[in-house]
Amino acid sequence: MALVRITGLTKYFNDHKAVDNISLATREGEFLVLLGPSGCGKTTLLRMIAGLEKPSSGEVVIGGRVVNDLPPRVRNIAMVFQSYALYPHMTVFKNISFPLRALKMEKEKINEKVEWAAQMFGIEQLLNRKPRELSGGERQRVALARAMVRMPSVFLLDEPLSNLDAKLRASAREELQQFQRQIGITTIYVTHDQVEAMGLGNRIVVMNHGKVRQIGTPWEVYHEPADTFVATFVGSPPMNLTEQGDVLVGFRPESFLPLEVNQGHGELKQFEFEVSLVEDLGGDRLIYGRLDEQFGRQRVVSRFAPNINFPIEAGRTHLFTVPEGKVKLFDRQTGVRIEKNIPAGEPDGRD
Amino acid sequence: MADFRKLRKQASIYGVATFFTIFCAFPFYWMLITTFKRDSDLFNPTNDPFILNAAPTLDHLRVLFFHTLFLRYLLNTFVVGAAVVIITLLVAVPAAYSLTRWAGRWGEGLGIGIFLTYLVPPTLLFIPLSRVVAFFGLTESIGSLILVYPTFTIPFCTWLLMGFFKSIPPDIEEQALIDGYSRLGALVKVVLPLSISGLLTVVVFAFTLSMQEFIYALAFISVSAQKTVSIGVPTELVRGDVFRWGPLMAAALVASIPVAILYTFFLDRFIAGFTMGAIK
Repeated sequence: MALVRITGLTKYFNDHKAVDNISLATREGEFLVLLGPSGCGKTTLLRMIAGLEKPSSGEVVIGGRVVNDLPPRVRNIAMVFQSYALYPHMTVFKNISFPLRALKMEKEKINEKVEWAAQMFGIEQLLNRKPRELSGGERQRVALARAMVRMPSVFLLDEPLSNLDAKLRASAREELQQFQRQIGITTIYVTHDQVEAMGLGNRIVVMNHGKVRQIGTPWEVYHEPADTFVATFVGSPPMNLTEQGDVLVGFRPESFLPLEVNQGHGELKQFEFEVSLVEDLGGDRLIYGRLDEQFGRQRVVSRFAPNINFPIEAGRTHLFTVPEGKVKLFDRQTGVRIEKNIPAGEPDGRD
Repeated sequence: MADFRKLRKQASIYGVATFFTIFCAFPFYWMLITTFKRDSDLFNPTNDPFILNAAPTLDHLRVLFFHTLFLRYLLNTFVVGAAVVIITLLVAVPAAYSLTRWAGRWGEGLGIGIFLTYLVPPTLLFIPLSRVVAFFGLTESIGSLILVYPTFTIPFCTWLLMGFFKSIPPDIEEQALIDGYSRLGALVKVVLPLSISGLLTVVVFAFTLSMQEFIYALAFISVSAQKTVSIGVPTELVRGDVFRWGPLMAAALVASIPVAILYTFFLDRFIAGFTMGAIK
């Protein structure tokens, strides 16, 4: 087990700054997720930790040792690529034992370890097959088994679930989390899928344009976003943002509910909401519409949980509210969160 | 109706295939029958040239094997071919690998530049190269050919291998680096096994190129015992304007048999699809 600490890490590709002065540290046995849109530098960051990419400046420390100039093979890390990168000319057994053979381990010990890893991922019956004879889910398990087999000090995963179909992805996500907890290896996981990040991570690092926007638990990132990027990137549908003077007022669709529903939840901020579309997702209902003139007829979304039976239809205007505690304010120019109360406006509704 | 259409389609496929088979096989047939034809049959203009008109004979093969140094030529050809193949692999594999993986956007241009040197004709090069050969003291020996042939096999094979290395996803190599291997280890354990069809193509190519080469061999070697098949046969069996067609054809036939076997044996290895299933 080891900690990964990064200080002032920067990477240029020609003139393009892919990673911009990033500092962060993992905790022991933590599942840390790097989340961001494609091209935000998260994979480059991971590759620098792995040693596949040389940092332009800054330091990577794994287990207390500066590894900047060390090749990947001596960093004692394991990595699973998005493509799984199985060796097509080797059987599953050979694939899994490949890292062990690099260590010049004894044959019996190799057999023992491969068996252990294969058992853990339920692929014992596939050991004699070649990668091309496996399904997507099986390939993913083989890649994980190969990464796990030599007990690395850090486990790096680059979007390992993105090649699986939606159904398989959900179950693979759950299994992955179980394995990680069981083994307790510090894991850094790269994804652009916020659902995956929320579900898997102990902490999430939200990145954009090569910079860290926020580091926090899934709860913090979702409920207390540091800026408008995080607020709109995490959550589906994203946080509603409306302009009011110099500030942007943000609130999550599920806190934006009719007055009647929100009553009893403390101080409420009120909005006139003209409903234009109601989307029934089976469980939840999504209500699309516009706010009144005071908020520049801004488009917003509301999300009704299944237990909210409030009748609503398109074309009508309702009085919607957000509990004061759920309203987040951001600077209009910089998008950074402002920690103060809502500016004077309409008197707040009270019960 | 459908049956008729299907039949017509099959007939046309087989028709085309038959035509090309005959087209390609005819020279070999010609070599074969000429090898076993008596001279009286061969040089009689009233005979049907496409069949044996008299009983077959082994005279031409006897002349070839016992009155010329044909076996020696075969051995020389094989030695030169093998040496050239080894030298080519030793140089072209690392060259192609570094050009594809490390030279960045220059790699492609450099690769094509190297390939272009292959197009400079030997007729221009054999005079300066004869000085080089003389400098190394290799005149009148197969050593001169082992020195000179790689000048055209290496450029071509480097370019050829670049294509194969490019088709291997970098992920697989990086995975090997992470799994505990050095660059060289990854090359030997992962890249080379995956480009086996490319390597075999290089072997066959370098071997056949050096086997059929004529100009350098003619320019550098005149001692009979050092000749290869490609110059030994025409210089020893064509005397002035007398062409000894029987032994000539016999030599061509015998020399082509090992090559034919080599190609047939490796044919299925050439068929790609080897890297399928590596990713996704």
